[in-house]
Amino acid sequence: MTHRLLARPELGSLVGAIAIFVFFLVIADPFRQTSAMATVLYVSSTIGIMAVPVALLMIGGEFDLSAGVNVTASSLFAAMLSYQLSLNVWVGVLVSLVFALGIGFLNGFLVMTTKIPSFLVTLGTFLMLQGANIAITKQVSGQVATDNISDMDGFSSARRVFASSFEVGGVSIRVTVLWWLLFVVIGTWILLRTRFGNWIFAVGGNVDSARAVGVPVRQTKIALFMGVGLCAWFMGMHRLFAFNTVQSGEGVGNEFIYIIAAVIGGCLLTGGYGSAIGAAFGALIFGMTNQGIVYAGWEADWFKFFLGIMLLFATVLNMWVRRLAVRR
Amino acid sequence: MARNPRTVALLALLTAVTLGVAACSSEGGKQEEESTNSGNAGVADTPRLTIAMVTHEVPGDTFWDLIRKGAEAAAAKDNVELKYSNNAEAPEQANLVQNAIDSKVDGIAVTLAKPDAMKDVVAKATAAKIPVVAFNAGVDNWKSMGVLQFFGQAESVAGEAVGQRLAQEGAKKVLCVIQEQGHVALEARCAGVKKGFGSAGTVENLNVNSKDMPSVKSTITAKLQQDKSVDHVVALGAPIALTAVDAGKDAGSAAKVVTFDTNKELVNSIKSDGVKWAVDQQPYLQGYLAIDSLWLYLTNGNTIGGGQTVYTGPSFVDKSNIDAIAEYANRGTR
Repeated sequence: MTHRLLARPELGSLVGAIAIFVFFLVIADPFRQTSAMATVLYVSSTIGIMAVPVALLMIGGEFDLSAGVNVTASSLFAAMLSYQLSLNVWVGVLVSLVFALGIGFLNGFLVMTTKIPSFLVTLGTFLMLQGANIAITKQVSGQVATDNISDMDGFSSARRVFASSFEVGGVSIRVTVLWWLLFVVIGTWILLRTRFGNWIFAVGGNVDSARAVGVPVRQTKIALFMGVGLCAWFMGMHRLFAFNTVQSGEGVGNEFIYIIAAVIGGCLLTGGYGSAIGAAFGALIFGMTNQGIVYAGWEADWFKFFLGIMLLFATVLNMWVRRLAVRR
Repeated sequence: MARNPRTVALLALLTAVTLGVAACSSEGGKQEEESTNSGNAGVADTPRLTIAMVTHEVPGDTFWDLIRKGAEAAAAKDNVELKYSNNAEAPEQANLVQNAIDSKVDGIAVTLAKPDAMKDVVAKATAAKIPVVAFNAGVDNWKSMGVLQFFGQAESVAGEAVGQRLAQEGAKKVLCVIQEQGHVALEARCAGVKKGFGSAGTVENLNVNSKDMPSVKSTITAKLQQDKSVDHVVALGAPIALTAVDAGKDAGSAAKVVTFDTNKELVNSIKSDGVKWAVDQQPYLQGYLAIDSLWLYLTNGNTIGGGQTVYTGPSFVDKSNIDAIAEYANRGTR
């Protein structure tokens, strides 16, 4: 039992997360408050919700570089559709889900049909979406951000679902934290308890032998890309209802943060190995570092430098723990 | 050849000294910098305060350097500990304000480039009884958000002023260079230029990527080669303006360059007839006032501007007043 526990992919990232947590607990006073914890959890959840499907996709042997801008694209789509046609915002929300799943399907379909590495295919869709986000937004609303939709029908109920907060012992916690937990649980259940989970490991480990034993490779991979689309839609809705408007240029660069979170969490870049819980710890490490540096009051110019060091530290620790576990 | 280790060491030392002396530059460099002790006015005896400044700065822009210098000068005088943080993406900037609230700072100075996205977190700060002042961006929105004071300029007004002046100077075809596609304030500036320019001619926008200067230069060069009728280029930031001057030379274009915002190099460029003029919003003053106003409010209950916007611009910097400003620019505070 202990051996099985030690060999889990997420163990290293758990140790890394604890180390970073203790580190900031010691050096940054404000980090010790519960309200700061809530902020850290919120920031982590905005990364973590996307890190789950990205990790599953990586285990399945593929990348999605369009994940970051797809978040922005789906929120732009929902906001503009509802506003321009004066619809109940829920209509925009649901049509936007179809749109985001469609982007995911397109990515998967192109990768499987053309046999071009997903890195290149999704780089293409990433650039296309980035341009279309700005161009279409400007064409439709005459400015680079969408119009404020906060006074429209359905906004308050959508906000309750995607962007509300609740009090626990006087501390206000964002609802995304709960959604994050739910997504992690679902991701873990799929990976470890379902046939589809076995297929994911199989197509990521060795695609030819997977095909030979009858795994539907094409369907599995397209479904994984659509999973990224689903979560991108979810995050897009959160951004829209938390901030009322969306800037068309945002989201660029976030795709790497999701991948980093998955890798810190023990996913192999080559596929076939990893976990959803690990990706959650990866997101937590990123969120703690991201905010901890500011709580500690370190010079802002060095922010990215410190971030890089902390991430390297977490990753090295992660690898070391895993090697130790394997040696046992 | 000398085999004795001591001779070798001596030779090495001599070479090093010679090289060291020869390597000194006779002019330029740090040696010519003047003292930057602008905030040499002593320190207030009020209790130590902590103020957070949260901006939408894209790292590495000279403009924000001036804002920070102003803020630091005020903080040094007012016995304030300044906590500076920045993120160009609105949700992340909102998180940084939340971070400041968690840290229980005494006051928050924030830029409102994307006011809708900052509304909730600013309300949280006021609910936590932390006074908030805004600066630089958000001139139309700060009052409704419970912000105490605002220091900055209206981007559209500044843009219109530029457009009107270009029309007066007989421009016919103007190129407005946007260095960050999709940036609200920058787009507002170009829209303002167009409005102020009116029927005097046409204004065309050109998108470039400010994180990659060589591509900025080649894009502007290509545009000037393609369209010979462009007679004025409007840049929206000092580094872009300086690059545009180079690009104009490369393209063999006679187009004149004017710009929003200044920095040290730009002021010298106006002096030497590179850039024609600049419209200045005094970033140093914005940073300074943001901190100083919070100090006044926290220690004496004052508000600067009596609840109205305090405009720090637009003012024009051209040949006629450049000498007065050049001295401060070389010191790095204008």
